[in-house]
Amino acid sequence: MAGVDWHLMNRTIGLWLLVGLLGFCVLPWYVLDDGLWSFEWLTDGYPFDTDYAPALFLLLQGEKLWLSPVPVLLSLPLLGIVLSKLIPTRGRLLGQMLCLAGVLGLAYMLAQGFAIGIRGWNSELLTQAFGELGDRQFGFGYGAMLVCVSFLFFLTTGIAARGAVNGDVFIVGAIGFVIALVGMFILFPVLNMLASAVQDGDGNYSLGVFFSKLFSSKIWGLHCLTENRSCGVAWNSLVLALCVGALTTLLGLVFALVATRSGMRQAHLLRPLTVLPIITPPFVIGLAIILLFGLSGAVTTFVADLLGINPTRWVYGLPGILIAQLLSFTPIAFLVLIGVVEGVAPSMEEASQTLRATRWQTFRTVSLPLMRPGIANAFLLGFIESMADFGNPLVLGGNYDVLSTEIFFAIVGAQNDQGQAAVLAIVLLIFTLSAFYAQRRWLGKKSYTTQTGKGDSGIPAILPRRVLIPSYILVGIWSTFTIVVYGMIFYGGFVEIWGLDHSITLKHYITAFGVTMTDNGLHFRGSAWDSFWTTLRIAATAAPLTAAVGLVTAYLLVRQDFAAKNAFEFGTMLSFAIPGTVIGVAYIMAFNVPPIELTGTGVILVLSFIFRNMPVGIRAGVASMSQLDKSLDEASLTLGANTWRTFREIILPLMKPAILAALVFSFVRAMTAISAVIFLVSAEHNMATSYIIGRVENNDYGIAIAYSTTLIVVMLVVVLLMQLLVGKSKVGRRVAQKVPPTV
Amino acid sequence: MTTNIGIKSKAASVEFKQVTKIYGGEVKAVDEVSLHVDAGELVTLLGPSGCGKTTTLRMIAGLEMVSSGSIFIGEQDVTLLPATDRDVSMVFQSYALFPHMNVFENVSYGLRVSKLNKKDILEKTNTGLELVGLAGYGDRLPSELSGGQQQRVAVARALVLEPQVLLFDEPLSNLDAKLRRQVREEIRELQTELGLTVVYVTHDQEEALAVSDRIIVMRNAGIAQSGSPRELYEQPADSFVADFIGEANIMDVQISSVDDHAGLAEVSLGNLSLRLASRGMSAGPAKLAVRPNRIHLLAHSDVPSLAGVVKKSTYVGNHMEYVVATDHGEWFSISDNVDEVFRAGAQVQVVFSERGPVLLPD
Ligand SMILES: Nc1ncnc2c1ncn2[C@@H]1O[C@H](COP(=O)(O)OP(=O)(O)O)[C@@H](O)[C@H]1O
Ligand SMILES: [Mg+2]
Repeated sequence: MAGVDWHLMNRTIGLWLLVGLLGFCVLPWYVLDDGLWSFEWLTDGYPFDTDYAPALFLLLQGEKLWLSPVPVLLSLPLLGIVLSKLIPTRGRLLGQMLCLAGVLGLAYMLAQGFAIGIRGWNSELLTQAFGELGDRQFGFGYGAMLVCVSFLFFLTTGIAARGAVNGDVFIVGAIGFVIALVGMFILFPVLNMLASAVQDGDGNYSLGVFFSKLFSSKIWGLHCLTENRSCGVAWNSLVLALCVGALTTLLGLVFALVATRSGMRQAHLLRPLTVLPIITPPFVIGLAIILLFGLSGAVTTFVADLLGINPTRWVYGLPGILIAQLLSFTPIAFLVLIGVVEGVAPSMEEASQTLRATRWQTFRTVSLPLMRPGIANAFLLGFIESMADFGNPLVLGGNYDVLSTEIFFAIVGAQNDQGQAAVLAIVLLIFTLSAFYAQRRWLGKKSYTTQTGKGDSGIPAILPRRVLIPSYILVGIWSTFTIVVYGMIFYGGFVEIWGLDHSITLKHYITAFGVTMTDNGLHFRGSAWDSFWTTLRIAATAAPLTAAVGLVTAYLLVRQDFAAKNAFEFGTMLSFAIPGTVIGVAYIMAFNVPPIELTGTGVILVLSFIFRNMPVGIRAGVASMSQLDKSLDEASLTLGANTWRTFREIILPLMKPAILAALVFSFVRAMTAISAVIFLVSAEHNMATSYIIGRVENNDYGIAIAYSTTLIVVMLVVVLLMQLLVGKSKVGRRVAQKVPPTV
Repeated sequence: MTTNIGIKSKAASVEFKQVTKIYGGEVKAVDEVSLHVDAGELVTLLGPSGCGKTTTLRMIAGLEMVSSGSIFIGEQDVTLLPATDRDVSMVFQSYALFPHMNVFENVSYGLRVSKLNKKDILEKTNTGLELVGLAGYGDRLPSELSGGQQQRVAVARALVLEPQVLLFDEPLSNLDAKLRRQVREEIRELQTELGLTVVYVTHDQEEALAVSDRIIVMRNAGIAQSGSPRELYEQPADSFVADFIGEANIMDVQISSVDDHAGLAEVSLGNLSLRLASRGMSAGPAKLAVRPNRIHLLAHSDVPSLAGVVKKSTYVGNHMEYVVATDHGEWFSISDNVDEVFRAGAQVQVVFSERGPVLLPD
């Protein structure tokens, strides 16, 4: 069969067989009550206690007999290997055996998982067909998960053995893995939730109800054009998202340009300034805006006094949300764009200049078009971030309702109407998918590859004046504003009661983060410590996983060709278009019952972060990978490296900036996210942001702000550490020399 | 160069059997091509842009898979083997040096991947760098090298693996003219010295003539002709090859009769009557190709000749270039005689070298 490396193939099969056996014979089959990381079970009746027993011991004790086909299916590949040693046409046979084992195994695992739950048969139909079961089972635990994983990789290895993607085990495995993840953690929960959109209050399916909800005037009304009422939430969201997308892209581009091509020494100071808002929980900026521009805000009262007018609530609504989102999301655009701006090969610009183009012409006709993928990505990110953000609209929205807050209130509010939430989610999805489609159209099929394998020895061009001067002004305004906002946040944490008593105090910090020495060592007495450690642990777990999944997916998308690649892309893109609120709701609805029981665990938080933030990893990866000349991979392949090795030694090192961006971003997002988190936290796994929101609801601004400040500082430290850890990629480029000013 | 260098050759032959490559279900980049490259031979794929040279090369490397047909390297059928598993190295047009690795790391990459021991890696890499004249450059990054040096690193990187076949895709296209001649000579020298099998893609006929044992001329996804440089130059199969390799005067003529037994054809051109190798053609219209240096101008001629007038006379240093108008078309001629020249307007007699004119199918 095509290009199959049989040695590698057998080793791969062996590995997954081992994993499967480990899952079946050694690890507890069902989910443990005490969470993934407790190991109490080891000393508590394992391996015979049915709560902790591996499947093998369950079967030997005559329990859960419906699991008995599993070992048979697990041993199929072994049979395949043995048979294929005896028969000359081994490729066909082994491939078929593997596929069979994989498909049947996965299907059977899912079927039994969904069919039998904590109350026996999960459906009336099954009870009628087979009679009462008289037994029950919990969700998949370590054992069941590992067995599923090994079935999955049997399947992908089998597909590779049959010649797909030229028999490349690594690529087929990676594709299968990503598909399985996306299917399980995006498609399944979302479809599960959308199904509730076509149900009426009593759980009956009804299209009429669905359409009347979908086209209601609350969503699509245009009253604001004719009378003094607000428009439908869909229009509100759209207007806001378009503004935010466009403005953050513009600002991000300006920052990226000033940081890399202004020739200004101080430009590197911009980076920390733009990183600050990224590491700030979103509603904190909203709070600061209120402190500044609210009815009794510092600026509002100052201006009102100056002009002798009454202070107004002008900031609540579109202006406030817009300002807050610009502050929050511009840095994202900056991070996306700086990679792209740095990636534009200087020799291209030099080429243009030698073709008698002026600096301005060069910028307009060469540099800018080459940055198109980055610009499109930045816009898309801004657009979707704005659509998904609900911290700022919550704090600053006033009467300006947007989709994300409406979804939230549909679920947690008095209505508790999951159907309504699902309908709103569909509207949101339509918007975000359309934006994605438009971006695709705009980029077209052009190649934007500029980093070739030749090592570019050009020098980045200095910007033309007419770009530089407005850029300086914009950067100046933005920077000042940011500094003021952060000043407010910092100051607020040390003030007794904001707006009333401005005497300086440390009491908020002590309440939140007090530590006392006791005989047993340090005692973390402060009320915030619990959520703080949880947040740190979960973010640190989620970040590398997110980056890994995102970059592998990007690699598959950019560098590999396989059947149904478009469908694959659509699947991974879907998570990009689903806002956190929706993910949160979908997850509690989907993962509350077996076979996957995760509600209330830390795992569900980690998962939600991975799939919420994976698109950022993908985008960063795609943008920077499509600037890597493909002949670099090909050179490595012809030198005898396989795809895995090529990925590890050529692609990954060249992608360091993208990796750093993905790591930093997913870590920080996990620390600051609120929209999905608010649905998923539990008493045991409380996160910093939901704790802070709780304080805000109690009007405990002091602690809320003190905690936020602490978070910001901690993240700053972590971000810097990561920067050191990943290191600067050492792609050689001559450093721009300062050009002496011409007289 | 010494014989006990650390790099040997495992040169093997390459064979295409009716190989077709179709991109995206439509574009036929290579159409039913069969070709053979002997072990230790340097074969050039020559042809205009877009004729399928790069695609052919990439199919040898395993970077593209055939749509139909099969490929053999040595005795082995490699049709379905991916690039990783073929013993073939390639020097890319863009060099494709890994920008994050220094020269030493670049050159030793393939050796590290094949898990050689440290000592061998060090030895082979250094030998490779020596071979291309870059000993001592190991610590540099690719961006700190000139174009020519980068190119040599790419060659060294491919060489140290002692591949069965070494591929070059327009390796000189990023170099300046002087360097081009030098580098192509170096490549040829390395090839003969190490006895490598090399497949070399270029669109430059001069380059092809200079480096090749054999040239395969490609046209529209197929092979137009294959042969030694001399064969191609002197016995082009058709007017496309005649024109693509060097310049040629190509004229319409009539074959009046063919002597199949002797393999000769009778062609008349004005009062000239030529007996030429018939090359399998029969009586009827045909084309006549004559290289400019096989056309001689004389003031007077005793043998039958074409009368003409010099229209253009150019002195280009080491030879003269003439354009002569006759009743049977305009002829372009080159003469080594730069001392006695014909001026424009001069009456001349045009004669052909004995083995100069070649018949081509119409
Ligand atoms: N990846 C590809 N997809 C589609 N068509 C291609 C691809 N690569 C090459 N082609 C087409 O195949 C033909 C031959 O290309 P190529 O082998 O690169 O030509 P050459 O190297 O001789 O200039 C061209 O018409 C080209 O457009
Ligand atoms: Mg080419």
